[in-house]
This record gives sequence, C-alpha cells and structure tokens, in this order.
Amino acid sequence: MAIPDHLTLEIVTPERAVVSEQVDEVLVPGAEGSFGVLPGHTPLLAMLQVGELWYRRGDETSYVAVSFGFAEVQPDRVTVLAQIAETAEDIDVTRAEEAQGRAQGRLDQPVVDMDFERARLALLKSLTRLQVAGRARIRG
Amino acid sequence: MPSLLDLRRRIRAVKSTQQITKAMKAISASRLRRAQDAMMGARPFAAQMERVLSGLATQVDTSAHPLLQQPEGEAAERPSLLIVVTADKGLCGSFNTNIIKTAGTVITEQGATPPTLGLVGKKGRDFFGRRGFDIRFELVNIFTSLKYAHAQAIAKEATAAFTDGEVSSVHVVYNEFKSVLQQEVISRQVLPIQPMEVAAVEGEQLPDYLYEPEPAAIFDSLIPRHVEVQFYRALLESAAAEHAARLTAMDAATNNASEMIDNLTLYMNKVRQAKITGEIIEIVSGAEAL
Repeated sequence: MAIPDHLTLEIVTPERAVVSEQVDEVLVPGAEGSFGVLPGHTPLLAMLQVGELWYRRGDETSYVAVSFGFAEVQPDRVTVLAQIAETAEDIDVTRAEEAQGRAQGRLDQPVVDMDFERARLALLKSLTRLQVAGRARIRG
Repeated sequence: MPSLLDLRRRIRAVKSTQQITKAMKAISASRLRRAQDAMMGARPFAAQMERVLSGLATQVDTSAHPLLQQPEGEAAERPSLLIVVTADKGLCGSFNTNIIKTAGTVITEQGATPPTLGLVGKKGRDFFGRRGFDIRFELVNIFTSLKYAHAQAIAKEATAAFTDGEVSSVHVVYNEFKSVLQQEVISRQVLPIQPMEVAAVEGEQLPDYLYEPEPAAIFDSLIPRHVEVQFYRALLESAAAEHAARLTAMDAATNNASEMIDNLTLYMNKVRQAKITGEIIEIVSGAEAL
C-alpha cells in the first residue's frame, strides 16, 4: 500500500471539534509513553495521559494541551478523543497559574484522606496548560 | 358596555404583552441556534466513541464489566434511578408538562418500589420535590451554560448508585429535539448498558489495531465515558428542545396577541360609533322638541 503524504488530524472533545487539519507529523502523549506518528503509521489505539500534544505542518508546529481520552491512529489519519483539549490560544494563563498554585498548595500540605491522585492530576493539567501557553508566547 | 377608556387600556396592556412575547421569541431563536450548534459539536465525539467501543466489544469479554451487568435475584428488586430532565423556566408550551407526565407514568409502572429520582431543571425539582419522593440528587440552573462537566456530575452519581447496588437500573427521561416544531419525550435505560447497544455497529469492523494498553483496559476506561456522553446528549437535546418549544409557544402567543388587538380595536370602534350615534340622536331629538 502506498504511503499517504499527509495525516488528517482531528482532535475532538465532547463539546466541539478543536482541530481538524492536514498535518505532516503528530506527537501524542500516550498513557504508556509519548509516541510520534508519521503518515503510514500502523493502526493503533492508545489511551492518552495528561500532556502536551504537538503537530507539525510544514515548518509550523502547534501545541495542544490534552487530558484523558484516547487516540486512534490509521495510516492516513489520527483521531484524538480527549476530554479536554485546548490550543495555546484557548488557554487562560492566569487561571492555569492559579490552579497550579492551588494544586501545589494541596500537595505541600496534605490533609488526612486527601485525594492525592486528584491533586496530582490537577497540578499536571495546570502545568501542561502553562507549558503549551508558554510555547505560543515564545513563537509569538 | 365597557367604556372607551377601558378598551384603550386593554389594548395597551395586550400590546405590551405582545412585545414581551416577541422579544422572548427572538431570544429563543438565537439560543436555539446555539443549542443546535452545541448538539452538532457533540456529535463527532459520540460517533467516534461508539465506533471504537463497538469495535472493542468484539475483542473483549464485555459481560465482565460491572456497568454491563444485569442485577439478579434480590438486587433486581431494588428501586431504579429515574433521571428527569426538565427546563429551568416555563413559558415553553407543554414541554415540562409532557416530561412530568411521562415520568409519572414510568413511576406508576414501577409499582411497589417507587424509583429514586434525579432531577435536572427547576421545573421538575419543584414538581417532584414537593411530592415526597426519594430524591438522590438535583441539578438546577445548568442550562444557561451547559458544560460537559454537568453530564459528568450526573454520570458520576448514577454510576455510583448503580455500582454500589443501591439501584437496580438507571433510566433517563428527556425531550428529544426532532425539529423546531416537534419534541419527543424519550425514556431510555442508561445502566446497565444494554449489550446490543454496544454491538450495534458490528457490520463495520475496526482494522487490526495495536493496542496500548491492552483492549480490555481501554474498554474499561471508555465505558464510563460512554455513560457520560449519553447524559451529555440527553442534556443537549433537552436544551435545544426547550428553546424550540419556547420559540413555538411565543410565536403562537404573539399571533394570539395580534388577533386579540384586532378584535379589541374593532370592538372599540363599534363602541365609539355607538356613542356618537347616541349623541346625534340626543341632539336631533332635542332639536325636534324645541
């Protein structure tokens, strides 16, 4: 089978389609480690973890913060179903910073029967958002 | 016979009501458009999800999952959880009445073990809250800014109630948006998930995937999402149906008001004419008397 030239990347959340583009390369934060996808990738179904996804189109790279969900890879398309997906422009930096502060605070001063996992995820999410937002600023 | 002044006042009152209904109609129209967009936006996610789930279902022993298990024996006797999705506001025709009526029928069908209720929307809460039902949760004022998180909250409650064995099944009753002129009350079982539902799209085989982690783990983590998506869909449908119902109701109200104004104006003119005629007769007969 001929290897396709491009990948169709679709990132959808329950609320809307976030990205729908022709791209050359995608890096997906899989639950068992990040993986890169080039056109012609073997079919793969992978869970996601909280993290940063990027995709490249020519020389232009874009970043998206994603959390929870799964990615379906086919030779000519990548479909990401995520609970949350935010492009750099969507991210509210002040809110993410506040969330980071809160989560950090909870982890620093643990109280009895605190939900560690939740606090950890909250911290991870806010950090990812900040990272993605930060990349947009460097470029812009 | 009412005086001219009274009639003018009535006409003015009807006119101002008409202005309100007209404005509400315009608002509903724009909200309806937004609600429809949200519904469209949610579709690709739900469709993809269903496709992958049904593909996975062929690879995994689905009967093992707790959310797919039909309660047996004593557990099946437990009450069910009925989630009723109504609107927060009235003035939308028979939208809320229909839902409440259907929910009432479902409740009577359950007979001896009345269901626990989960109430979404103020109208349902006000109705059932006063009637001494066992209420598990209520959620009001969510429709102005409906988020996926709301569906998650409902799904969490429902799933917890089901897996803890407190309820034997979970049903949801909501208005489905058929068209602007038509809403349909839907009553559907959400939990336990019906196996045929999972295998519905079996004709379409998924390609031979690599799985990361193994299919069973993916399936397990997708099933709760599937439940969330179901609730999210019910909420979105209900929101769109509500605005459509209000649009239709307010359109009818505006038309009724115009008709009423026409009738009143006609009547007022008649009264005025009668008064003038009366005065003329008085003058003429007065002149004759002289």
